[in-house]
Amino acid sequence: MTSGSENKRSQNIPVAKRKRSLKSRLQWFADHVRNHWQIYLMLLPTIVWFMVFLYKPMYGLQIAFKDYSIFRGVANSPWVGWEHFQALFSNDQFIRAVSNTIKISALNLLFGFPAPIILALMFNEILHATYKRTAQTIVYLPHFISSVIIAGIVITAFSPSVGIVNTILGWFGIDSIYFLTKPEWFRPIFVGTGIWQEAGFGSIVFLAAIAGVSPSLYESAVVDGASRWQMMWRITLPSILPTIIIMLIIRIGNIMEVSFELIILLYQPATYSTADVVNTFVFRQGLQNGQYDFAAAAGLFNAVVAFVLVMIANTLARRYSRTSLW
Amino acid sequence: MNWNLYSRGDKFFAIVVSILIGMFTVATLYPFIYIAAVSFSSGFAAQAGKVVMTPIDATVEAYKYILVQRDFWISYRNTFIYTIGGTVMSLLFIIPGAYALSRPQLIGRRFFNLFIAFTMWFNAGLIPFYLNMRDLNLLDSMFGIILAFAVNAFNIILLRNFFEAIPQSFEEAARMDGANDFQVLWKVFIPLSKPAIATITLFCIVARWNGFFWAMVLLQSQEKIPLQVFLRHTLATLSDDDEFAITQLEAAYSAETVTAAIIVCSIIPVLLVYPWIQKYFEKGILLGGVKE
Repeated sequence: MTSGSENKRSQNIPVAKRKRSLKSRLQWFADHVRNHWQIYLMLLPTIVWFMVFLYKPMYGLQIAFKDYSIFRGVANSPWVGWEHFQALFSNDQFIRAVSNTIKISALNLLFGFPAPIILALMFNEILHATYKRTAQTIVYLPHFISSVIIAGIVITAFSPSVGIVNTILGWFGIDSIYFLTKPEWFRPIFVGTGIWQEAGFGSIVFLAAIAGVSPSLYESAVVDGASRWQMMWRITLPSILPTIIIMLIIRIGNIMEVSFELIILLYQPATYSTADVVNTFVFRQGLQNGQYDFAAAAGLFNAVVAFVLVMIANTLARRYSRTSLW
Repeated sequence: MNWNLYSRGDKFFAIVVSILIGMFTVATLYPFIYIAAVSFSSGFAAQAGKVVMTPIDATVEAYKYILVQRDFWISYRNTFIYTIGGTVMSLLFIIPGAYALSRPQLIGRRFFNLFIAFTMWFNAGLIPFYLNMRDLNLLDSMFGIILAFAVNAFNIILLRNFFEAIPQSFEEAARMDGANDFQVLWKVFIPLSKPAIATITLFCIVARWNGFFWAMVLLQSQEKIPLQVFLRHTLATLSDDDEFAITQLEAAYSAETVTAAIIVCSIIPVLLVYPWIQKYFEKGILLGGVKE
């Protein structure tokens, strides 16, 4: 570590012979700290922050197996084993929340996943640069709007008296519907809002993949007299397929993650039957009703399932990108 | 591609696609126009469902109702405090942290990287996080909000990847001149990483400006809540409060026009900075192709 020549020498010596005495190792460590203490100092705040705000709550997760009381605290509350989990799995609302989470995610996948791909393919066909630029600028915008505002817009637009949706239905002689109190309307509205908000922004990744397709492929297709439609199907889409598959795997890995902030803002008791997901269930039971231990158990269940899914997805994505590269 | 080389079929296809994109763009923009129109309409016209594109019986009464409320301005100020304070706090953690993690000399580098990446895959969840905040005495604390959401694994890894891609020779040249790690970071890495740092700053600003859930859960005092929480309170009370709707039926403003006016007020700053930030986020989202 002290000089370049020594480094080079130590690399050439076989590992077995490189073993140094304890003393020289201590010496090396002292030199290392003297030379590089600054990087450890820079790392320290971040590590402490992660311990205090992310790892300490993981220690607190043990309340899922305890009869937690605020006064006793995490460590001193008595253990109750799997009691909360038994209660969870015989709780209809929890079962419903798990099922709703999966159903909403599945709808998001079915409709929300293809939307940015189609959008990117269409953007790629637009020749007029200013038109393309302007359209892109506009469709990216809703991504940056907070869920409270999104909810405010949805509530206003779907309101039975003022809402534009009912106004339009009125033109066709259809009686006004109070959409946000109807369980059967919650998921379509929620998934549709998600597409409106994220499809444009999501297309960026696919546009970048399209930009990476070799122009020579298109040139030879032109020579062969291929139409733009054929090029889109035969060249662009197959070329970005690896990106599509990776994004799909990641999406499936995140199936337990539903944007519950927006659900909290949009749902109401009348629509719980279709709208309540695990995280909103945890929020109500824990933060609103104060059943911390029970809610933490529900949260832990969600986190473990999500972790397993993400790990599987990461492994698949890595394996896939390795095979697709060669 | 050249328009003149297009066959008739290609031209037809391109025109259809342009129209479809145009429709999607209008559909994206329309809700904003509609909300703006509602906010400038009279309460009576809005209640009757007359507003479609343009304000009906144009008035600024809804804005008057909002802009005289002291709580509105306090929450607006608070949002600026959270956004600026939070972003500065984030950068103070993330930049040095990402630099350290990018150094090959760092002992335990693999461990520390895993230590940070793990939090992207496993999260203790709402309840333990909340109880931890209470144990730390950070409930109803503005500083608590600024500190507790300062760092996330994604941003650190994003910047670390960028730092790792900087050629070794830059650092070596600075070392020759006797620079230490702080100087290397400050004089070499930060200037070379402006696009990545701008991207992360942007992510932080947007997250802070829009952040509402934890502010709603953790903050109790009216004096401390950000604009998004104020907006939610107003939405909830206005829509629940039938009396408000009834007494204002004939009036110049209604629950809906007031809601729309608050929405407009809170979108305006986003629209003002949006063109400026746009050039960064396209790059940024691609940098974010996170490898752990």
